[in-house]
Amino acid sequence: MAKSPETEHPNKVFGWGARDKSGVLSPFHFSRRDNGENDVTVKILFCGVCHTDLHTIKNDWGYTYYPVVPGHEIVGIATKVGKNVTKFKEGDRVGVGVIAGSCQSCESCDQDLENYCPQMSFTYNAIASDGTKNYGGYSENIVVDQRFVLRFPENLPSDSGAPLLCAGITVYSPMKYYGMTEAGKHLGVAGLGGLGHVAVKIGKAFGLKVTVISSSSKKEEEAINHLGADSFLVTTDPQKMKAAIGTMDYIIDTISAVHALYPLLGLLKVNGKLIALGLPEKPLELPMFPLVLGRKMVGGSDVGGLKETQEMLDFCAKHNITADIELIKMDEINSAMERLAKSDVRYRFVIDVANSLSPP
Amino acid sequence: MERLSGEKEQSVEAFGWAARDSSGHLSPFVFSRRKTGEEEVRVKVLYCGICHSDLHCLKNEWHSSIYPLVPGHEIIGEVSEIGSKVSKFNLGDKVGVGCIVDSCRTCESCREDQENYCTKAIATYNGVHHDGTINYGGYSDHIVVDERYAVKIPHTLPLVSAAPLLCAGISMYSPMKYFGLTGPDKHVGIVGLGGLGHIGVRFAKAFGTKVTVVSSTTGKSKDALDTLGADGFLVSTDEDQMKAAMGTMDGIIDTVSASHSISPLIGLLKSNGKLVLLGATEKPFDISAFSLILGRKSIAGSGIGGMQETQEMIDFAAEHGIKAEIEIISMDYVNTAMDRLAKGDVRYRFVIDISNTLAATRS
Repeated sequence: MAKSPETEHPNKVFGWGARDKSGVLSPFHFSRRDNGENDVTVKILFCGVCHTDLHTIKNDWGYTYYPVVPGHEIVGIATKVGKNVTKFKEGDRVGVGVIAGSCQSCESCDQDLENYCPQMSFTYNAIASDGTKNYGGYSENIVVDQRFVLRFPENLPSDSGAPLLCAGITVYSPMKYYGMTEAGKHLGVAGLGGLGHVAVKIGKAFGLKVTVISSSSKKEEEAINHLGADSFLVTTDPQKMKAAIGTMDYIIDTISAVHALYPLLGLLKVNGKLIALGLPEKPLELPMFPLVLGRKMVGGSDVGGLKETQEMLDFCAKHNITADIELIKMDEINSAMERLAKSDVRYRFVIDVANSLSPP
Repeated sequence: MERLSGEKEQSVEAFGWAARDSSGHLSPFVFSRRKTGEEEVRVKVLYCGICHSDLHCLKNEWHSSIYPLVPGHEIIGEVSEIGSKVSKFNLGDKVGVGCIVDSCRTCESCREDQENYCTKAIATYNGVHHDGTINYGGYSDHIVVDERYAVKIPHTLPLVSAAPLLCAGISMYSPMKYFGLTGPDKHVGIVGLGGLGHIGVRFAKAFGTKVTVVSSTTGKSKDALDTLGADGFLVSTDEDQMKAAMGTMDGIIDTVSASHSISPLIGLLKSNGKLVLLGATEKPFDISAFSLILGRKSIAGSGIGGMQETQEMIDFAAEHGIKAEIEIISMDYVNTAMDRLAKGDVRYRFVIDISNTLAATRS
């Protein structure tokens, strides 16, 4: 007889999960494996709410395995460490991000690029190497191989640091890889949400000139005065868009809905690069003339490897970069998801798991 | 021979073939060119390659053609007159003129020898010169050009098969260098085995790169492997072959201008792989963001190259004995050649023998 989520593993765990594509989250009992030799068990303190969580619970991408427990911006305390674990000890403050497993032997893994390993498994909604399903951070605890656990720097707060584990690395990695770290260069950040607002902060820390690109002027004052952006460009203002043509060295495009690339490509200088990070469920239209006429590029990027994620956390700690968050209780998650769908959050919800998750 | 009235008369009579409308039909055309300026050279045209862009333009497919239109931007010729301030060339030098004949010379692109990306770059044909006159291309007896926009042809490079290098050659050479697709540890895919594709295979082999030709049919596999020296040949319509080749290429240069799906090509790329688009496709491509994000892949465009790089490419071709596979035609065959080009029926570039066959068409 097939095992239920509660009996699949030896240790009962409580969390919140979605059962179908209505995406409604509710209390969910399941189980986790024993802490193995290489594992760290993390008592979860906080978990960020990523837009991917919303896409997944609604099955926007068509591959959600219900029931699903989302959450991959996890900060907590190590409560158990396996006998082979050298990097952590009980009581350490740790993070778990988007990836919970990889083959650990391919070219990508050897280069600390576990995120590009063909057998990489996500922290939630993925099948682990033992064939069981991974459940994420909207839960009491999680058991993860030490390779996929991050040390959380001392001066990084647990709650506002949590979103760095996905939003942070998602923008930091391509900024490093595509060379967006040359002080004085001009970065456009399209979309000012969870990813976008962190990209502005990291961009400023790299010494870049940063322009926020948005479809409305609502967030302009905050972008400039609070986040430190140098300027703000509204895409629905044709004159301002025209004046900005060919002025940006790079664009980080965080917009999660289907949108037109053509106007954004026009903003790039010759040899400019647009990195598309949003994951809409329908294809984007890519016009090729702007690419050919200016040797421009559209690239993708997928979180980062674990070594780079640690580097990013240390960088953010050094530059006092944290996310702007709205702390919520576990039972407020459904209304938070509704607001997230309307981009009504400044700029990341974070669930106060330890203080609000309690079995009924 | 008709001389169109209303056209601004310049100083020197010229003769070539032009299309008068978007039927694209070419016929004899008498026109005039400017006097040779201080920094210019007058070039007697010996050969001119036929580029697919010529066909697109003749038929007004890009909606910007100005008629009468004299195409031709793969020009090989001989310097017949030099301006007083010319320092690069002497009378009798063999030179090449490619796709652009001027640019603004002051912007960042021009200062970095990337005149091809200058927003004010002026095309060799169908472009507008500073004095307001229309540029006529290489399907003609001579052309006048600023010395900056002409390249020297080394005497070791056979002239007639060098013509296609001026557009097809640089179009493949530039992205291979810029996107790091050179060297024995790299595997490049070339999509489409036409004028650009076949030259690309030769450059890739000269760079020591492993190269696989990706084609929609099996017809050209013998050519690709035996004549051109490609390491592999992949039929894009063969699902099994495509599946086996997934994740094997560091880069792909896509020369196909007809509408086609690029999603399968993205699948052929290794992680961090780059798909470089060259073909002038009008309709936007549909891409799934996932296909780029999973594997950190990218899609870029590239268009010809700057003048310094074009000279570098010519010198490289001379050093490595790289020449195009061509079919030499007489001027009066050009309309038939265009019909055949539209069907992809050429191995792999037509080159018009201008100096030997143009004059005879003037009655």
